[in-house]
Amino acid sequence: MTSLTARTAVTPARSLGSRLRHHGRRLAVLLGLPAVLAALWWIVSERAGNFFFPPLSEILAEFGPTWFDGRLGHDLLPSLGRLAAGYALALLLGVALGVLIGTRPALRAFAEPVLEFFRAIPPPVMVPILMLFLGIGTTMKVVVIVSGAVWPVLLNTVEGVRGIDGLLHDTARVYRLRPLTRLRTVVLRGASPGIVTGARQALSIAIVLMVISEMFAANNGLGFSIVQFQRGFALPEMWTGIILLGLVGLLLSLIFRAVERAVLAWYRGQRQAQRGGSR
Amino acid sequence: MRNALLGLAGVAAFLLLLETVPHTGLVDDRYLPPFSEMARALGDSAGTAEFWQALGDTLRTWGTGLALAFAAGTAAGMVIGSVPALRDATASTIEFLRPIPAVALIPLAVLLYGTGMEATLILVVYSAFWQVLMQVLAGVADVDPVARDTARSFRFRHRTRALRLVWPTTLPYAVTGFRLAASVALILTITGELIIGTPGLGRLIAVAQTSGAVAPLYGLVIVTGLLGVVVNLSARLLERRVLRWHPSVRQETAR
Repeated sequence: MTSLTARTAVTPARSLGSRLRHHGRRLAVLLGLPAVLAALWWIVSERAGNFFFPPLSEILAEFGPTWFDGRLGHDLLPSLGRLAAGYALALLLGVALGVLIGTRPALRAFAEPVLEFFRAIPPPVMVPILMLFLGIGTTMKVVVIVSGAVWPVLLNTVEGVRGIDGLLHDTARVYRLRPLTRLRTVVLRGASPGIVTGARQALSIAIVLMVISEMFAANNGLGFSIVQFQRGFALPEMWTGIILLGLVGLLLSLIFRAVERAVLAWYRGQRQAQRGGSR
Repeated sequence: MRNALLGLAGVAAFLLLLETVPHTGLVDDRYLPPFSEMARALGDSAGTAEFWQALGDTLRTWGTGLALAFAAGTAAGMVIGSVPALRDATASTIEFLRPIPAVALIPLAVLLYGTGMEATLILVVYSAFWQVLMQVLAGVADVDPVARDTARSFRFRHRTRALRLVWPTTLPYAVTGFRLAASVALILTITGELIIGTPGLGRLIAVAQTSGAVAPLYGLVIVTGLLGVVVNLSARLLERRVLRWHPSVRQETAR
């Protein structure tokens, strides 16, 4: 990352021509391999005539009619809504409980083995159990996402809170920071690298659970549609669903990275300073 | 010592809660049987060959997938990481493919392999591969510049360079990748068995669910959780064992 910023910092001094060439090269490096792979997929699938791997041209032609005639609102949006609700709840619950447990050493020792056990349960096996209590509605799907995504947030928050320098706590006490101020500026700030790590793991678990809960039982959603297509042997449509799901995953990880960069800007600066100035 | 006792107390309190809550009528005991019943159901199924067969199947799928992913991820990471041009060219593709959730491949896996073990294996390898690859790439990038220049001055051959310089730097990262991959692989193994119906504990859970056998269902979920704990702990132990020469581990044990 540092080398990247260093490189862009140098460019303004150069002439326009070399700058264009420089950006052109970077663009070629960025898009070169994906273009080659897409072209390969296009050509090979066109020739292969394999039922399971329909021509890419056919998949792309099918994309619009499959998704933009109502499915986007009927299937994708409900999926994303449940994901957002479940993920937000998991973050809230994980951070709140994590701070509570992390700031009390005795409570932490008391709860940790049980929490480790819950984290170790493969999240999808909670679906059959939660279906017993909640049926197959939206509530079940949101709770499934929470039940899987909350553990990495919780445990990483606990770790993050534990790792805060004791000197900071003492300083906060000396300055008589009020409890809320201390929570915001010392505890949450200090634990934020841990919280972000947990949130990243939780995001990929949440996406998996969004899909899985819809594959079990649903009448709409991304996972539901993909399985419907597969059971109906609608191969090109199924592939558009797989591609759409991939794009959703990609988009969410890009958003996550942007948020992470904003939240942890102070941390990167600090790390760099500790390693001996700007590199 | 005190912490271990507190932890034990925590587990005991949790089990006690699990035993008493169904009796109080707070929740429907058809949906949440008392812990003693779960344990009895678990004991019953532990007496059957079917259970051990399923456990073996799960472990085999998990182990095979993890081994394949680790070998492929390490090899690809070493090669891609060592050649700067290759690293630049593949970066965007890797960033694109990595966030694709492995469960997106379930329909394809079902069509290709039905309910065979291979269907789940695809999911396991796909998801575990990225964990290993990303760690190994980070490890190769972490080689000390001075050591690298030294190796160049001494005109190390490629093989020597890879074995004496790059690999020792990468190893801690690779082991971390292995630990992450081990738990991800277990999740995807159980998921595949549950959704696709390939043989293993996940399929037993699906069967218990459809037949309304609630106590055995809880028993099996507990088994998968314990399996997860065992996988996590043994991966950590392995990490310490493999890296006992590494300063970070030596410092920890010296303390």
